[in-house]
Amino acid sequence: MGHAYTPGLRVAAETLVRRERRLPLKGAVCVVAGAEVGPESVIARCELPGNVQTVNLAAQLSVDPAAVGGTLLKPIGSAVARDEPIAEARAMFGLMRNRVASPADGTLESVSSVTGQLLVRERPIPVEVYAYVRGRVVELLPGEGAIVESRAALVQGIFGVGGETYGRLAIATPGPDTSLEAAHLKPEHRGAVLVGGNHVSHETVLRARDLGVRALVVGGFDDRDLRELLGRDLGVAITGQEELGITLVLTEGFGRIAMAARTWELLVAHAGRVASVSGATQIRAGVLRPEVLVPLDEHPGPYAPEAGGGTLEIGSFVRVIRQPWFGRLGRVVELPAELGALDTEARVRVLVVEFTDDGTRATVPRANVERLAG
Amino acid sequence: MIPDPESIRSILATDCGSTTTKAILIERGPEGYRLVTRGEAPTTVEAPFEDVTRGVLNAVREVEELRGRKLLDGDGILSPQRGDDGVDLYVSTSSAGGGLQMMVSGLVLQMTGESAQRAALGAGAIVMDVMALNDGRRAHEKVRRLRQLRPDMILLSGGTDGGDIKRVTELAEIIAAADPRARLGAGYELPVIFAGNQSAAPHVTACLGSRTALSVVPNLRPSLEREHLGPARDAIHELFMEHVMAHAPGYKKLMTWSPVPIMPTPGAVGLIMEKVAKRDGLAVVGVDIGGATTDVFSVFRVPGAADGATVFNRTVSANLGMSYSVSNVMAEAGIANILRWVPFAVDEVELRNRIKNKMIRPTTIPQTLEDLVIEQAICREALRLAFEQHKALAVGLKGKQTARDISDVLDQSASGASLVDLVDLGLLVGSGGVLSHAPRRAQSMLMMIDAFLPEGITELAVDSIFMTPQLGVLSTVHEVAATQVFERDCLVILGPCVAPIGSAKPGSPCVTVEWAPESGAPSRHRVPFGELVRVATPGERGRLTATPERGFDVGAGKGRPVTRTVRAGVVGLVVDARGRRPFTLPDEPTARIARLRAWNRALDLYAREV
Repeated sequence: MGHAYTPGLRVAAETLVRRERRLPLKGAVCVVAGAEVGPESVIARCELPGNVQTVNLAAQLSVDPAAVGGTLLKPIGSAVARDEPIAEARAMFGLMRNRVASPADGTLESVSSVTGQLLVRERPIPVEVYAYVRGRVVELLPGEGAIVESRAALVQGIFGVGGETYGRLAIATPGPDTSLEAAHLKPEHRGAVLVGGNHVSHETVLRARDLGVRALVVGGFDDRDLRELLGRDLGVAITGQEELGITLVLTEGFGRIAMAARTWELLVAHAGRVASVSGATQIRAGVLRPEVLVPLDEHPGPYAPEAGGGTLEIGSFVRVIRQPWFGRLGRVVELPAELGALDTEARVRVLVVEFTDDGTRATVPRANVERLAG
Repeated sequence: MIPDPESIRSILATDCGSTTTKAILIERGPEGYRLVTRGEAPTTVEAPFEDVTRGVLNAVREVEELRGRKLLDGDGILSPQRGDDGVDLYVSTSSAGGGLQMMVSGLVLQMTGESAQRAALGAGAIVMDVMALNDGRRAHEKVRRLRQLRPDMILLSGGTDGGDIKRVTELAEIIAAADPRARLGAGYELPVIFAGNQSAAPHVTACLGSRTALSVVPNLRPSLEREHLGPARDAIHELFMEHVMAHAPGYKKLMTWSPVPIMPTPGAVGLIMEKVAKRDGLAVVGVDIGGATTDVFSVFRVPGAADGATVFNRTVSANLGMSYSVSNVMAEAGIANILRWVPFAVDEVELRNRIKNKMIRPTTIPQTLEDLVIEQAICREALRLAFEQHKALAVGLKGKQTARDISDVLDQSASGASLVDLVDLGLLVGSGGVLSHAPRRAQSMLMMIDAFLPEGITELAVDSIFMTPQLGVLSTVHEVAATQVFERDCLVILGPCVAPIGSAKPGSPCVTVEWAPESGAPSRHRVPFGELVRVATPGERGRLTATPERGFDVGAGKGRPVTRTVRAGVVGLVVDARGRRPFTLPDEPTARIARLRAWNRALDLYAREV
């Protein structure tokens, strides 16, 4: 075997991205095909059915479940207000009237002659889906939303928290291997997507949020700080729904890791442009990675090749992604066909990497490298 | 069409795991069916590939290269075998894409709710939530939860036959109000199985028939004293294929490659565990620890049953695993519980980052011995937690009334007591990458001993290269091939473990063990309390006699000896005199590290001291 497969994250100077913007339930689409949209354009809106309240009419009115339908004061489907009488039955030979009031504003949903229960549906919850990224509507999803297409620079992160946002890209640190500190934060970063270097601390994230920074894009973050930020230990990597007031995208991983040169250079090249950012990550059942998208104006020529992923070959530029050389960069100089023995005594497929910083060589399991552009 | 078993010369079997797709090639030779080679490749059920068959083809291509035999025909499996090319049978299991995720529902959490949970788990599903009338949530909270979870399938039970109709219908009304959508494929109706009071079926059908793909099957709890899980399990399997798998990326194509339905991985492993228990007449616990989930299986005798009847239980711990779920093991077990197994000081910030980096890059492997030791510490905790969950669910029926006589007064075992009896446990089988691929078999053995804490005399075994799932599905169509490969190439006997129950001062007498091999000289070993000892056991089988000191019990009562004929194993006999009930490690770090190092040396666990 002269080569091997390695997964990688996408880093593209220019690519065509399509983002499906879909409602959770059927609703109304607010755009037409071909429409130019911005990040805050409403694509579609719907109303989520409200919560359901159950009212045990049979018990409260002391009537047989089969008879509760006849006790309703309004037909099913009617709007009712909280505390408004909705059912009535006579007791004590018709001398007494028992009444039941609605527990909420809403509509009478259904009544069951088996259980004697009445369901009152609370008022619907309005939901809007935004375009998220500047682009054009290329396809309508009738009753559900649309697909927005955009020519954009794309950086996929490896992990993120926080939802979708957008803002002007601003570079905060002098280089990709510098830590983003509170001192780097400036008042003009309000509303920005701020790019840092190899690390950011929990305190700095909070300072940035208080300053009004919408998103941070950095190389690494400590898990201990993630726990502080979320208020819990993150067990399963399904994120994006957190309401943190700021979105955080890690391009490399946990710890202090310099942002890959190509990622850094791409983001620096687009400083000042508006970027759309999502922290949503799902590393299971339909991998979803956080992303930074910088929509571009019309492109005159062919796309530049993408970085990352693909086949490992002699000369491939790689990063080691596990101890003892975690985070170090180098080139593949050997891809032995035979299995190699590790310190653990396991025999696995290995490669030899020559590190770019000091020229030393190391044997590393093929599973423990990822290919980078360059 | 499934070929005639007699005519099958070669079998290709794959297991599409959440992280890795494993392929094995079995060929028939003069001595029957044998495993000839295996291959693996990253699973490709997720973006950017979103086609499970890509990973299958990559894994099979590796088998092709290693065996030097053509197995693929373009983008498909070459079948039947022609000359030396192709295979006569292709089968597969799958847990990729999160497996089968279900929500179950019953009237009372501890009764029909628990029975429904057992039915779903028994079919190899992951149970996302159990909804019951007494679960403490209000109707709208249940509705919201149903909408949030988006299960692949719902199992609705409740009521004994001829019993409560009203409250069963109430549960159906809640599901109808939620109008839940299926997780995969927006355009199809959510499968709902009703396995409750059959008198309520017309009402449930009226409520859910037009909104969901409803199937009505016989009641899984026809009476309080009886559980009847078979029909519900069968319906789950059928709907899993028909609805869920057909909508997962690439599965439609994969299904056309095999004449045998694709089986959920835990279902396939469970079949093998049941067969082993039956064959050996032993109480068996099996575990399969994967990247995303850990499945535990047990076969124990029914307490009090005169005919030796056994009960099989399976649990799937959805978020306990060694890659995708590794961070959740840390969250659930706590850092301190992981670190108690590590014989050197570790910086907590560094450890946390390492674990998270494994989660976000799940296919990496430990390169340094220290890293391996940490990974094996996490494995111990994942196994321990999964076993705790299993013990909590593998219980007798709750809520039944039992006739009592005088002996019951003396033995007040409440209904709902755990069926898992560690003293009765005869065989503990491990499977999954971290156990099957441990560089030394003794490491697998100690990980399982530390996590499960077997008591008395227990044999331990491990799946040699992690192929139990494939053999499980194969056993449904070719029992002979599955059994031959399982016995010859899959199950590796590690050896017996003797673990006396009791506690004493370190160094005080605990147990004397005599090993008498079928041929060769017997040996005798006195093991003091607090020690872990590995005894070489030449030969294939031998008679093992364990004589505990007065305060200790190895299964026959305090101070009473036990003799058993057991298999020798590749590791040998391990005498674990570290105590049971309780088993404790020193709190003080220096003392703890010293003990761990001494035990590692005693078992010759690692190539050097860590």
